[in-house]
Amino acid sequence: MSDTALTPAAGTSQVGIMPNGLLEMRATKRAAARARLQNVLVKVAAALTAAILLFIVGYILIMGIPHISPDLFAFVYNSTNLSLMPALINTLIMIVFSLAIAFPLGLGSAIYLVEYTKRDNRFVKMIRLTAETLAGIPSIVYGLFGLLFFVTVLGWGWSLLAGAFTLAIMILPVILRTSEEALKAVPDSYREGSFSLGAGRLRTVIRVLLPAAIPGIAAGIILSIGRIFGESAALIYTAGAVAAIPESVFDSARTLSVHMWVLYSEGLHGDKAYATAAVLLGIVVIINIFSARVAGRITKGEKHA
Amino acid sequence: MIKQAIAQTVLRERVAQAVFTVAACCCVLAVALICFFLLVSGIPAIAEIGVVEFFFGTVWKPEIGLYGIGYMIIGSLYVTAGSLIIGVPLGIFTALYLSRFATKRLGSALQRGVELLAGIPSIVFGFFGLVALVPLIRMTMGGTGLSILAASVILGIMILPTIITVSRAALDAVPQNYYEGALALGARHERCVFRVLLPAAASGIVASIVLGFGRAIGETMAVVMIVGNQVRLPSAITDGVRTLTGNIILEMGYAADLHRGALFATALVLFVFILAINLLFNMMKKRAGI
Repeated sequence: MSDTALTPAAGTSQVGIMPNGLLEMRATKRAAARARLQNVLVKVAAALTAAILLFIVGYILIMGIPHISPDLFAFVYNSTNLSLMPALINTLIMIVFSLAIAFPLGLGSAIYLVEYTKRDNRFVKMIRLTAETLAGIPSIVYGLFGLLFFVTVLGWGWSLLAGAFTLAIMILPVILRTSEEALKAVPDSYREGSFSLGAGRLRTVIRVLLPAAIPGIAAGIILSIGRIFGESAALIYTAGAVAAIPESVFDSARTLSVHMWVLYSEGLHGDKAYATAAVLLGIVVIINIFSARVAGRITKGEKHA
Repeated sequence: MIKQAIAQTVLRERVAQAVFTVAACCCVLAVALICFFLLVSGIPAIAEIGVVEFFFGTVWKPEIGLYGIGYMIIGSLYVTAGSLIIGVPLGIFTALYLSRFATKRLGSALQRGVELLAGIPSIVFGFFGLVALVPLIRMTMGGTGLSILAASVILGIMILPTIITVSRAALDAVPQNYYEGALALGARHERCVFRVLLPAAASGIVASIVLGFGRAIGETMAVVMIVGNQVRLPSAITDGVRTLTGNIILEMGYAADLHRGALFATALVLFVFILAINLLFNMMKKRAGI
């Protein structure tokens, strides 16, 4: 134990101190004890963080998975089967719509910031400041804004479209930031090569830079999908909570997270709620594994470059 | 022919530049719209209720026209402070581990765990708190279990990824020669980390706390499920309170007229809080160089 405490983990060798007098020996012992304490504290904290995560995920999955039954996936929701299927389908629709709105805008902004402007003018600073502001706004504030603007002023009512636009604003900074970083990571030699072959700026962006930046952009999309999937506060008062697949974009549609909220607020904490939580968390875990894969591909790609 | 082709290319380039510029405006437009609509709906309500009555009033009874959010501001601050007490030490020590103590394999496994923690929906955190933590508090400490304590613990866990990620970035940004210099002077690995790296990364770590504060005060769904939602001044951590965010989500569904305005005003207060926090965070981030 004392051995591991004294050996630096970074692989550097231990500094030998030969104590001559009693005082020095005491001081060395105290320092050693403090170092050991700090070492233990750091490792306990890391272990605790891991334990908390494992406990939460384990608890939800173990309590929920045994209650997953076929009627939970019935295509029509009613008050006995409490099916999550319509909500799950709505979630997918919501993801597609939100991304369809936010992705072109976010990617376009990123292209503008990286390729079409010098780094530090006032307009660029303003875009950055507002993007950071958007990233920090709590989802409940997005929800109220969506309620005010899309639902009330534009008159869309509680609808898929209002929810999708609200979420699109929410994920815009995510897509902007990840796309920007992906484009910045493309080496300048690519641009120079393309220009010297006579390609214009637009052709360079579309044919050279975007293909090279695809893994980073994909990571941003997966991150956004995760955000949309888990979102509830921004959707309750924009997309509403109708548990059916909408017939038009102006119909209300409850997503899986909102479904979970409705189960809670109707006082249904029973087996079905556990099962729904397990499904929700299970999908989040899968999305995470995907995103780790994509992130892995990015770092590999960088090594080759 | 060639002239025409060149003209076409130039035109295409111009159009593309215009399109990208317009896209770049959308963040600015979104923030402007959000500010405008919150101000337009919140300010008249605050004016009608009265600034003092709204911010310092302690009674929230829409049915008799009393809209005081004083206790909710206090409730939000209590819960947020509690979450920081739990999340900050745990987060910083974990960041130290990831940055300077972990072996490569354990470190990347924990890093992925932290990413997963960040991805768990708040509704699932709330549900977990409700079915696991609240009964535990009810059995061991009495009361209903729906309490500041329950909300603080869950929020403390929820802000962990924020604190860990930003603190770690700050620690990783400290030049390696600081560490090597300390080591060369005969300090142990632990002493180098705690006495040299930690102070050098201080501004970035403070920035992580500021960001965590912002996340905690804005969190809605998880909190509202486990915090009890009574509008009152709590006398113990096992008491329930109502937060600003909880107030909005609980009553927006049926609010009308001034009640509705008061809820938008509550959101406006939250928004201003967050803007101030963001500004502070950005200043600190710049100083920390991350």
